[in-house]
Amino acid sequence: MATTKEISIGDMGARASAYQDELQGENMALNVGPSHPTTHGVLRLLMELDGDVIKKCEPVVGYLHRGDEKIAENMTYNQFVPYTDRLDYIAPLANNVCYAMAVEQLAGLEVPPRCAAIRVLVSEMARISSHLLGLGVYGMDAGAWTPFMYTFTEREKLYTLFEELTGARFTTSYTRIGGVARDVPEGWLQRVSDFCDQFLPILEETCALLTRNRIFMDRTEGVGVISKEDALAYGITGPNLRAAGVDLDLRKDRPYLGYDQYEFDVPIGSTGDCYDRYLLRAEEMRQSVRIIRQVIKSFPDGAWYAEDAKKIYAPPKGKILTSMEELIQNFMIVTEGPRMPEGEVYFEAENPKGILGFFVVSKGGGVPYRLKIRSPSFVNLSILPKITEGLYLTDITVLLGSLDFVMGECDR
Amino acid sequence: MSDLFETLQPRFEGLEPRESSDHPAVQCPVSLILPLVECLRDEFHYEILSDVTAIDWEERSPRFSVVYHFYSVQDCRYLRVVTDCPDDENPAVPSIVALYPGANWHERETFDMFGIRFEGHPDLRRILMWDEYPYYPLRKEFPLAGIETDLPDAEIGEETRAKVLAAPMMGGPFVADTGSPMSKSEPRAKDQSWTEWKKKEALEDGGPEKD
Repeated sequence: MATTKEISIGDMGARASAYQDELQGENMALNVGPSHPTTHGVLRLLMELDGDVIKKCEPVVGYLHRGDEKIAENMTYNQFVPYTDRLDYIAPLANNVCYAMAVEQLAGLEVPPRCAAIRVLVSEMARISSHLLGLGVYGMDAGAWTPFMYTFTEREKLYTLFEELTGARFTTSYTRIGGVARDVPEGWLQRVSDFCDQFLPILEETCALLTRNRIFMDRTEGVGVISKEDALAYGITGPNLRAAGVDLDLRKDRPYLGYDQYEFDVPIGSTGDCYDRYLLRAEEMRQSVRIIRQVIKSFPDGAWYAEDAKKIYAPPKGKILTSMEELIQNFMIVTEGPRMPEGEVYFEAENPKGILGFFVVSKGGGVPYRLKIRSPSFVNLSILPKITEGLYLTDITVLLGSLDFVMGECDR
Repeated sequence: MSDLFETLQPRFEGLEPRESSDHPAVQCPVSLILPLVECLRDEFHYEILSDVTAIDWEERSPRFSVVYHFYSVQDCRYLRVVTDCPDDENPAVPSIVALYPGANWHERETFDMFGIRFEGHPDLRRILMWDEYPYYPLRKEFPLAGIETDLPDAEIGEETRAKVLAAPMMGGPFVADTGSPMSKSEPRAKDQSWTEWKKKEALEDGGPEKD
């Protein structure tokens, strides 16, 4: 005979309502990174979510901290050039130029026109290559795969040109204090010019995939707005600041390397949202092409290193092996480093990611006493807690893509 | 340079010009930092705080200087403001986060690297190193090779008894002593506290400093 057993499971309704009270108003903690595809490197975000809405977002940086500033205090000025490649490793040439110019200011050197022209040329090419990556992965973050293929193909062509000029695709270490490592190879300028000719139509094609793309627009317009006041208060620089409507471009405002000889426009955004930042980067590439064409057209002859940089700049290899004086000089520069005057110098350059600054304190001798790197990515990320509040979790992806930062530079 | 300084000097007693080869620079007593910075922002259009950092002068007293760089978008010029921390043991300066929110991370970094406290900072924590890290790496007495420390995660550290080992110094960077005879100035790593041939000694002053 079957028996039945009664099991009490309590009052289901009451239990559910008790849980509901507990769950009500409870925020979820979500950790993103440090290794996550949207964070473009090793950025970690500690977020507090209410459903899908971000209540709090705190970036945690420092996972790529290598102590570059400490290292700089322990090596000669020349030895530090390769380390600058590893700051913003998407545009190493621009970092090389900025560092060399900071130290040249300390030494009171002026580079000849040909050297300045080469530097402008490589800086603008670095800007294009950085923005190409920035736009490509930005589109990809928003779900558009195709632009990435276009931009990476173009970037590859640029890297072939970099390799031809510097000997390396990525870690270029091209500048020297008082000059550049070598002159441009024969026919290289023509190849850069050819690149520009075929690049512009492809850029238009790439932008056509994004600019009026309904999905891309829906995801970026009005998202992550940085107001003009906030941008200034937080010290945001570069395309992110200009997208917010502030007209600050050091190439125009404090022209260095003869940027004032070239005609170009500085695009300014109106709303400061993610879409503006996209449009701005695309326009900056067109302007960079404009600058490159003018540089090539007016490419000056002459030396590509400063004559009075002899005490800093290692002599050419051929001369070291044949001339006693050059051999001694080379030995002194390699062992002791260049003799620098005492003083403090702060130099900033308009890099693709924003304003990169070097603060050099010298007590004389061949080693900097203190070298501080003011990195644009570090500063640009510091505004995240302010602008993420109230966004949806999915917006984080496009927001990070639109800010276009590099952790190597942020953490140094 | 001189115009700016001449306007500022009567209003801020103790403000001195600072030698500089590039941008205008002023040396400011620590008590005047807040009013000076506020005046620079509101009256002289220094809208952007470019950078905050510090210098460790090692043998000099006052040992630490905090350096601010301001940029004016309107006038396209920089200004360097330097202030000395009065106390060498517990260096501290007032925080300017209330005036420039962007100073937040800069000051955290300076605290992280030099141990300079920014009084009034809303959230003065380490930023590049992990929270439990006991040293200030950019101080001059900190060796380039680093110092062994416990794992950031105490629980894992206890379980595995693992340590955070700093990179060995062999391989560079190589710097020769300037000024000594050439026979002695063979380039070698400046910091010889730990090399391939010499084991690293424990830190002299005993335990790590606690904040």
